[in-house]
Amino acid sequence: MTTLDTHVHDLGMPGNPISAAVAASVELSGEKKSELKAKDLKTDQEVRWCPGCGDYVILNAVQSFLPSLGIAREDIVIVSGIGCSSRFPYYMNTYGMHSIHGRAPAIATGLAASRPDLSVWVVTGDGDSLSIGGNHLIHALRRNVNMTILLFNNRIYGLTKGQYSPTSEVGKVTKSTPMGSIDAPFNPVSLALGADATFVGRAMDSDRKGLTDVLRQAAEHKGTSLVEIYQNCNIFNDGAFELLKDPMTGTQWSIPLEHGKPLVFGPDGASCVVRDDFGGLRIAETNQVAAEDIVVHDATRENPAYAFALSRLSSQDLRYTPMGVFRSVQKPTYDGMMAEQLDVARVSGSADLQGLLGGGETWSVA
Amino acid sequence: MTASTPPPIGAPDDEVSATATHAATGGLVKSVVALDRVVIRLAGDSGDGMQLTGNRFTSETASFGNDLSTLPNFPAEIRAPTGTLPGVSSFQLHFADHDIMTPGDAPDVLVAMNPAALKSNLADLPGGGLLIVDSDEFTSRNLAKVGYATNPLEDGSLDGWQTVPVPLTSMTLDALADSGLGKKEAERSKNMFTLGLLSWMYHRPTEGTVRFLERQFRRKPEIAAANIAAFRAGYNYGETTEAFAVSYEIKPAPMDPGTYRNISGNQALALGVVAAGQRSGLPVFLGAYPITPASDILHELSKHKAFGVRTFQAEDEIAGIGAALGASFGGALGVTTTSGPGIALKAETIGLAVMTELPLLIIDVQRGGPSTGLPTKTEQSDLLQAMFGRNGEAPLPVIAPRSPGDCFDAAIEATRIALTYRTPVMLLSDGYLANGAEPWAVPDVDSLPDLSEAVGFATGPNAEATDGSPEFHPYKRDPETLARAWAVPGTSGLQHRIGGLEKADGSGNISYDPANHDFMVRTRQAKIDGIAASIGPTDVEDPDGDARVAVIGWGSTYGPIGAACRRIRASGRKVAQIHLRHINPFPADLGEVLARYDRVVCPEMNLGQLALLLRAKFLVDVQSHTQVSGMPFRSAELAAVIQDAIDTSTTDTTSTDAVPAGAAVNGAMQ
Ligand SMILES: Cc1ncc(C[n+]2csc(CCOP(=O)(O)OP(=O)(O)O)c2C)c(N)n1
Ligand code: SF4
Ligand SMILES: [Mg+2]
Repeated sequence: MTTLDTHVHDLGMPGNPISAAVAASVELSGEKKSELKAKDLKTDQEVRWCPGCGDYVILNAVQSFLPSLGIAREDIVIVSGIGCSSRFPYYMNTYGMHSIHGRAPAIATGLAASRPDLSVWVVTGDGDSLSIGGNHLIHALRRNVNMTILLFNNRIYGLTKGQYSPTSEVGKVTKSTPMGSIDAPFNPVSLALGADATFVGRAMDSDRKGLTDVLRQAAEHKGTSLVEIYQNCNIFNDGAFELLKDPMTGTQWSIPLEHGKPLVFGPDGASCVVRDDFGGLRIAETNQVAAEDIVVHDATRENPAYAFALSRLSSQDLRYTPMGVFRSVQKPTYDGMMAEQLDVARVSGSADLQGLLGGGETWSVA
Repeated sequence: MTASTPPPIGAPDDEVSATATHAATGGLVKSVVALDRVVIRLAGDSGDGMQLTGNRFTSETASFGNDLSTLPNFPAEIRAPTGTLPGVSSFQLHFADHDIMTPGDAPDVLVAMNPAALKSNLADLPGGGLLIVDSDEFTSRNLAKVGYATNPLEDGSLDGWQTVPVPLTSMTLDALADSGLGKKEAERSKNMFTLGLLSWMYHRPTEGTVRFLERQFRRKPEIAAANIAAFRAGYNYGETTEAFAVSYEIKPAPMDPGTYRNISGNQALALGVVAAGQRSGLPVFLGAYPITPASDILHELSKHKAFGVRTFQAEDEIAGIGAALGASFGGALGVTTTSGPGIALKAETIGLAVMTELPLLIIDVQRGGPSTGLPTKTEQSDLLQAMFGRNGEAPLPVIAPRSPGDCFDAAIEATRIALTYRTPVMLLSDGYLANGAEPWAVPDVDSLPDLSEAVGFATGPNAEATDGSPEFHPYKRDPETLARAWAVPGTSGLQHRIGGLEKADGSGNISYDPANHDFMVRTRQAKIDGIAASIGPTDVEDPDGDARVAVIGWGSTYGPIGAACRRIRASGRKVAQIHLRHINPFPADLGEVLARYDRVVCPEMNLGQLALLLRAKFLVDVQSHTQVSGMPFRSAELAAVIQDAIDTSTTDTTSTDAVPAGAAVNGAMQ
């Protein structure tokens, strides 16, 4: 989502007060500082997540990785909704808005569409983005506004103290489901691909390298990127991702996605992904299939059906979970097209206010 | 029958004079009667193009130089079944040789394009009024559709009116016999035939309509030609027929020198927003979800990209305001437009805007409620929603335009407040203002308020940290306005986080401190209350200066109340008119002003929402007069209410004594 090749003075009105303020501040503080260290991104605010919460790990990973993008911190804006995860902006020394429940993608859309010079991020939880904010999420994805959405999925409502969420598995016993949840969960990656998202990835909170790798690609993608981050809530849903984290079971059930590489996984590469008879994908034993039948991962396929089929390999108990980048395709961005229409309008029509007010049929009284 | 006498004038705003002259046209002796005002209502099926016809007649009338006021009235259904009562659409136009304030209480002339239009509108036409009907449409089938057992054109039931049946449809078909168009298509031009006839009857200029039709159908020249032919045929028919022996002349109204155009409230709001963007220097960002009667603002603003206006049709109202607020955070002039149901959805985000203290323009074009209510009708019932429809103590300024043209100024004033005080502002228009139109003096751009001063983005630190190093405090306030510092993303060194959680005074960090919360709640309220210092004293219109009764209103009732006050004064009584632009906060002296009167009457198109606020705030015994019919007040009815208040006002001796017996203001009413 980065590549900030738009300048603040191109915002549709040359010489507007925004660019003037930005220019004045840069003059005041010297050069724009884009060589940052992780500590430059920390704030003086006390972090208030429960000790051991996966959110800390993600915060650290983001603070360590962001400087490598070479974006000045004043050009970064993080918009969040409501939830434990949505406290994120308070701990980042960038611009930020901790908004209201579910609406961060909408708010970020207005910001990103009107300020293409900024690097806009959304931080949201599974309840925030998939329950109350589900509508905004899918519409942001289909529009392809230039922003990166980090969906912290702990499969629970953390902040409201432990109700089941739209990603909780069927049968889950929580405060609001004493006899087990009867709601079928969303698979956020499937949902995003169904909305034709141009970039969809998935990563694990504790896997610093894998997380950083997906975040970097997401950040570099132009358009809306969605990264589902599995995040452990050690208070209300501890161990939710243990199957994938445990060194014993992890390799067995996670499918690492690497563009251009055959989808072979598991201990000794014993498992692989092949096409099934119905246009989908299935798991096979590597030694039972011909090498050329093993699917080579291609995140750049125009048609989201392949990435969708990949996302459907996993069951709700997380067996066969692909991790990495599912899809990364280039499409015109909403903000880019909006800016283009403004340019076209400016070329073909003039911005003469007096002419506009006195336009149409007029008459004069002497 | 032949209309040889001028149509009687309904309850007038003023005295009527009619003088006749005679002229011979094509061997026929026709007379020309001078009128000072007339109210015409065109009624037909939704598919008959009555709104277009009305708008064209309005444009011709505007360019002729009459003062005018319009009242479109259409069903919420796009095309209810043809010829049925729910499908009737009408357009009322009042035009005059003097300054008028309303579209008229009742029509002098009714054009009914079918039996349904006749049935649903006849009751409004005063006895003796001119009734023109398309006789071709009075078939037994169409009559049965609306429950006429016998044909009203034949059974004598229309004897009380000057009824002129005209075969509009067949004459249109005759006129287009050589056009090459099929019958169905040719029939569609009957509204233009009718417009032609009316244009002759009221001496309207015709070139504008011909040019309009050529432009409108430039890709279908045969349709343009057919419509123009029908329009001319209607005009010529008027000139040559014996059915109409009289035509009417209404002289242009004296107006201040300047350039004028005809403008609807929604157009004026859209232009006001563009102007506010230009005068503040901020790019405009509109986030909106379509809803009647506000959608036209979205349509209009979408056309003005050359001015740097970005329009975003969101997935719902919440996203519309969310995106607008996000844009405001980025330094744009964020705007969201909707109607009552949309405001309900936006409530939580408005609360966020109150908390984050960001400028935001919220336009509510009110319609009949509750729930989906009456989508195409007018009402003022969102006032309390605007004032209080949020959780917590979440005050925001509320302002209202009083006429279609005034919507332009109201948009600029709302922007001034939003920027100066860093606050969301609610602008309450309504369906009547939105679709109604009036002549508007095009302002000189340089004379518009300069809003650039109000922007004042922060560019550097404004506080010191405990260690003495410079810091930026987003909630540090201007001591005069209490507006907080506004630094936009991209501004170096001023990175900060805002949000819905309570803020510590100054630093803006999260704070759960009880004393801080109490302070911040009161400060947010004080900031809004303080806006009163920038709005000037209450504007009282009392030509005599010693009225004992005041009428107070807000929003679109200005016209009907103003016309009612004119009647009152014409009857020798005295009344003061107060019409509020600012409802929150009220002008600082409003309480004192109201206390001066023996009686305060407050007409509203709701169940007394402003009256409730006035009573609560000033302990004045406001007399609430309400009507919630989806239609604007009739000035004659308001005049009767005001007269009653004056005549029964116990402490008032002067005004009742001054009125001669029998000079009842509604004497002219039927
Ligand atoms: C309009 C509204 N409804 C409900 C809430 C209460 N609420 C706060 S956070 C939350 C759920 C958060 O869950 P999730 O998005 O998964 O975030 P987590 O705390 O797990 O990170 C709810 C229901 C609210 N703040 N606002
Ligand atoms: S409740 Fe769970 S998600 Fe929230 S801070 Fe605590 S551990 Fe983290
Ligand atoms: Mg959660």
